[in-house]
Amino acid sequence: MNALTVGEKRTLERKDLAHLLSALRSAGYRVVGPTIRDGAIVYGEIGREEDLPIGWTDRQDAGTYRLERRTDSAVFGFNVGPHSWKKYLFPSRERLWTAHKTGTSFEIAPEPREEVAFAFLGMRACELAGLDVSDRVFDGKVHDPGYHARRTRLLRIAVQCGQAGGTCFCVSMGTGPAVRRGFDLALTEILSPARHYFLVEVGTEAGAAVLVDVPLGPAEGPDTEAANEIVARTAASMGRTLNVDGIHDLLLSNPEHPRWEIVARRCLSCTNCTMVCPTCFCHTTEEVPDLGGDRVERWRRWDSCFNLEFTSLHGSSVRKSGLSRYRQWLTHKLAGWYDQFDTSGCIGCGRCITWCPVGIDITEEVAAIRTVPSKPGAKP
Amino acid sequence: MATRRPPRVAVWKFASCDGCQLTLLDCEDELLAVADAVEIANFREASRAVVEGPYDLSLVEGSITTAEDARRIREVRAQSRFLVTIGACATAGGIQALRNFADVEEYRRVVYARPEYITTLASSTAIREHVAVDFELRGCPIDKSQLLEVISAFLVDRVPNVPTESVCIECKRRGNVCVVVAHGAPCLGPVTQTGCGAICPAFHRGCYGCFGPMDSPNTAALIPLLEHTGMTPAAVRRFFSTFNAAAPAFRAATESVAEASSPP
Repeated sequence: MNALTVGEKRTLERKDLAHLLSALRSAGYRVVGPTIRDGAIVYGEIGREEDLPIGWTDRQDAGTYRLERRTDSAVFGFNVGPHSWKKYLFPSRERLWTAHKTGTSFEIAPEPREEVAFAFLGMRACELAGLDVSDRVFDGKVHDPGYHARRTRLLRIAVQCGQAGGTCFCVSMGTGPAVRRGFDLALTEILSPARHYFLVEVGTEAGAAVLVDVPLGPAEGPDTEAANEIVARTAASMGRTLNVDGIHDLLLSNPEHPRWEIVARRCLSCTNCTMVCPTCFCHTTEEVPDLGGDRVERWRRWDSCFNLEFTSLHGSSVRKSGLSRYRQWLTHKLAGWYDQFDTSGCIGCGRCITWCPVGIDITEEVAAIRTVPSKPGAKP
Repeated sequence: MATRRPPRVAVWKFASCDGCQLTLLDCEDELLAVADAVEIANFREASRAVVEGPYDLSLVEGSITTAEDARRIREVRAQSRFLVTIGACATAGGIQALRNFADVEEYRRVVYARPEYITTLASSTAIREHVAVDFELRGCPIDKSQLLEVISAFLVDRVPNVPTESVCIECKRRGNVCVVVAHGAPCLGPVTQTGCGAICPAFHRGCYGCFGPMDSPNTAALIPLLEHTGMTPAAVRRFFSTFNAAAPAFRAATESVAEASSPP
């Protein structure tokens, strides 16, 4: 019986990971986490530990992702994939309400809320930062009841990254790879020839509660040192950087920069970057009536600023060119969000780089705009 | 309030395979609701009983490939309040529009034992090139729920909610793993209009472009990517030259890729 307090650390042997999973289920959580499907590590139901991508990793670069075998049996030896946690908190399609005709009027029936408590297993530092950004969007000035209900019951089990992915740049964004806050439990996987185990840090009382019956050992100084060393190594091996110094003014003062034209020629306006982005929240709502006209449902679905119809007003779109749509996305993500949500919209996870079919790299685009800025006094 | 007569719907066939009309019959669960909401007045695939026009809504399948059909579509238009094309043939000329880029005379000689029996135009054209069209529903074949959406929209005089965005967004909403990025598969999804539900990528295949070009297709950016997956220029041309070969954006893409030099 463990009675742990916030901030305490313990060790969990690799063979006892299954105990953590069953403790989560016993506590009523629906455990979701990384799992292999269709040649990639996506997020899905974790029924048992074999559902995790044990011994697998991913090789990522701009526009390419390949699943590969590791030479060891690390449980979390990979980086983020095409899915993000937003698919659970902000589902791609969600019915908001249903209206029924009643004589000459109508009645609106709100959507019953699912009472599901998710445990997100394997959240990376950047993803915790992404969750914080999403909270500002959906649970700040704007209150989204569905998001709020799911978010309130959420348990966040973080994992510190043991390696940098091919498109990661969390160090630049100040979001990782070290897990510092916003978690209920944080794991660091420590794998040596002699011992395979996790260092577990308790972040909240909810996190401590699930550990009560999980077999744990003491965490000594060398365990914490080993974990710190892993994270430091990950940070040092990160291949990409994005210089955020003065980025708000840099981007907003360069709307006519020639680079926009160059990137627009490559951009497919396919929306993939926005779909994989953990913080992109744009959506549309639509009314879906039945044929008889007696019942109508309002649905919300993911939308994207790369869609022509997204800015359709009075039958015409505001952002007609691919250039204006790419510029909108980048300037909003890296500059406009500061004004709107007091944070960058980018968490440095690299998904938009990997999953862009033509490999457009946000870090390269910013660097290009920084290298040759518009002349001072150029018309905005 | 006086009871209005239910709107009268007709279904017409031109050069096509019947697959899109069949989609209406495939609306099994919703078919009774459709039959309650409208009078299906002229639908020869479903019934020989024909109620004379005029019609409130005509669903037109198929492309125009004969002089007789070019005349007949004008008749259909004249007796229809709304005319909606259904499918790639009616909307872009269909697979049979490949004739537009070839010598029809030669086809006639090579394919038919008695070429003199065949009377045909040199081209296969979309319905909108002959008469005014109120809405074009894409797909080869069309999607059942989009068809129901179009019917229900025209019943109450509203604009159908049929997105013109890429297949990619639907792929991502569905949680599919991108076949281009994760498997290096050639895929037309980034330039193709959504509507099918991203079926092919869900089964690990690239998109074949059945729904034709999306609203702002950047085919010039996609072509190098297709070539990067190992497609030859000839294969890229063929990729764009299927059910929507004559859709302007796909046709332009085909023509932008130089023909592979023929062997000596």
